[in-house]
Formats: sequence, C-alpha cells, structure tokens
Amino acid sequence: MKCRVCREPAIIDIRRHNANFCAEHFLRLCRDQVAKAIGEFEMIRPDERVLVAVSGGKDSLALWDILLEAGYEADGLYLGLGIGEYSDASGEAARAFASDRGLTLLEIDLPRDYGYDVPNGSRAARRVPCSACGLSKRHLFDDAARRGGYDVVATGHNLDDEAAVLFGNVLRWQTDYLGRQLPVLPARPGLPRKVKPLVRLAERETAAYCVVRGIDYIVDECPMAEGNRHLGYKEALNAIEATSPGSKHDFYFGFLARASARFQDDAEAEREHLHPCRVCGAPTPAEVCAFCRLVERAGGDPTPVHVAPPTVRLGARPR
Amino acid sequence: MKVLLRNPKREIEVSGSMQVSTLLARLDINRESVLVIRSDTLVAGDAWLDDSDDVEIRPVISGGALP
Repeated sequence: MKCRVCREPAIIDIRRHNANFCAEHFLRLCRDQVAKAIGEFEMIRPDERVLVAVSGGKDSLALWDILLEAGYEADGLYLGLGIGEYSDASGEAARAFASDRGLTLLEIDLPRDYGYDVPNGSRAARRVPCSACGLSKRHLFDDAARRGGYDVVATGHNLDDEAAVLFGNVLRWQTDYLGRQLPVLPARPGLPRKVKPLVRLAERETAAYCVVRGIDYIVDECPMAEGNRHLGYKEALNAIEATSPGSKHDFYFGFLARASARFQDDAEAEREHLHPCRVCGAPTPAEVCAFCRLVERAGGDPTPVHVAPPTVRLGARPR
Repeated sequence: MKVLLRNPKREIEVSGSMQVSTLLARLDINRESVLVIRSDTLVAGDAWLDDSDDVEIRPVISGGALP
C-alpha cells in the first residue's frame, strides 16, 4: 500500500476514506480532522483556556497533544477513580505525558478528596460502575473548570464513542438524550462549554496517532467496563463497518445533519427545570444533584473544602 | 512469528509467512478494532509478516464511562 499523498509506503489503511497514509501524512490527517471539527462546530476560539479531561488513555492523550500542536492553551485534569492497579497505571500515563512535556496537570483523587471510589460508590448508589464513574467525571470536570476559570472542557469522545451512544439512544428512543448528543454543549449558568474535538476520528485512528507520536497510553481496558453495553454496541457497529466502510461516520453525522434538531425540544424541556443543588450548588433538576446523592450514599463528602483549587500541579508549560 | 494479544494479555505462535490481513482473518479478528504493530511500528493490512517477526495485535476499543 502507498500513501495517498506522497506514494511512500503506508503504515495505515483507513477504509472509510478509501485511502492509506504514511506516518507524516497520517498525523496531518488527524490534525486536519480535529481542526475541521473545531471549526465546523465552533468549539474553541484561539484565545480561550481549555481544560482537557485526561484519563491516561489513547483518546484523551491524543486530544491533548493535538490541541497543543494547534497552539491552544490547554491544561489537563486527571481524575483518580480508585480502581486498583488500573487507576495506578492510568495516573502514571497521564503524569508521564504531562511531565515529559512540561504541561500543567490538575488532579482530583476520589478516595482521597471525596472519600469514595468507583467500585464502592457504584455499589452504594446501586448504579453500574460505568454510570457512577461517568456521573462523577461530568460533575467534577464541570466543577474544576468553573473553579479554575477555564472557558471550555474538551473530552476525548471519538467517532466510535458517539456512534455507539447514538446507537444505544436510538435502540431505546431516549429522546432527551438524543436531543443533547451534540459535539458541543454550550455554556450555561454553572456549567462550562463542553466540546468533543475528536468526533471526526475513529478510535483506531486515535490509537494509531499515539503509536506514531510515541505517546505511552494505558492499553488495557478498565476492568469495571468488561462486558458493558457500550462495548457491545461498538462491536456491532464495527461488524457493520467491516462490510460497509463509512457506516459509523454516516450514522453519526447523518444524525447531526438531519435528525438531531428534531429532539432539541425534549432536551430543552429538561434544561428549563434546572436549579442549584442544595448541597454543592451545581445545576440539577432535583433538590440534591445526582453526584451529591452518590457521594452521600457511599459515605463520602461531596463538598470537601480542600479540593479547591485542584490539588496537584506539575510544571507549567513554557509559552 | 510471536503474536502478542491483549484482554487478556497472552502470546501465541503463528507459523508461516503471511499478510497482516490474512493473520487477522485467521485469528478471526475484525481489522476495524485493532492495530497491528511490528517492532514499535504500525503495519498496514497488506504488509508481509514472517516467522522472525514479533507482532502485537492491539485492541483499540475502549468501553468505559465517558465524561
């Protein structure tokens, strides 16, 4: 196989583009796709401060790298989930990436700072682990962005993630979820803007980006995610993609172009009923937000004073 | 060739020279869900592998909670 651009030997074939790329032109493709997503959906302005949600995995580290390469002012936030060796290894990957490049990495550790971990929290709240984990991440990333004065939170959701979530939402016709499944969620009182600059890249491409760039990310899957529904949806979509390249892209971007707006009223109805949580002040449709209820059930403290500002900083990046 | 697989991590031995796409088909692995790495370098689907190669088949699907 030859690179579509320069005709040198290719290192990767991307069937949905019907093209092969050498290392140099593959990196350019990834950067161009992210730039296109940022521009098309008006995700980030050049003068804005970005907080990248960093897990130590391929997507978040690729995202952080690409944003920095593009010249954005981007710090990272790593959330320690208390999932044994997996959390130890993922934290090490995030810290190594930051320290090797002189970047600022903020850290929150659930057991240390909030008195619970994802395994215990999910049991106490009677949620599946991925639900308790996602809830914690959303709340704490929003909170850290607000406290740190960041304009935008960037997450590493890729095309496969978005297509799989869409697949699940459509299977159950969760119209409120469909209404807010967007690559950009605008800022609202108490909540920063949230953006997904990797939506034009498949996760095979974000992983390949890390390999080519020499980024050490945590390869092993989270042990709590084993067998979850989201993985099943991804496998189903990849089976379709294997025989019909481009299906995931068409499914997701077709939804955004032709169907998403039809569900906006359902999502908006939920937003209208938000008010401050009695415990932490975060926007919620209930008296006490889901995060505070989770922490209280798990025996932790939802508003530890020592968490603000985030607790660990590595060397600031030279600008 | 030695082939490293993940989830769970294990190593298998595969005999004979073959293309990457053939190896994946023989192991019943969907090429959309993996990268193939030889000596720290990505290899495309038509690349030839032989008995002396150390190959990693790295899954790229992650399924944990998203923020």
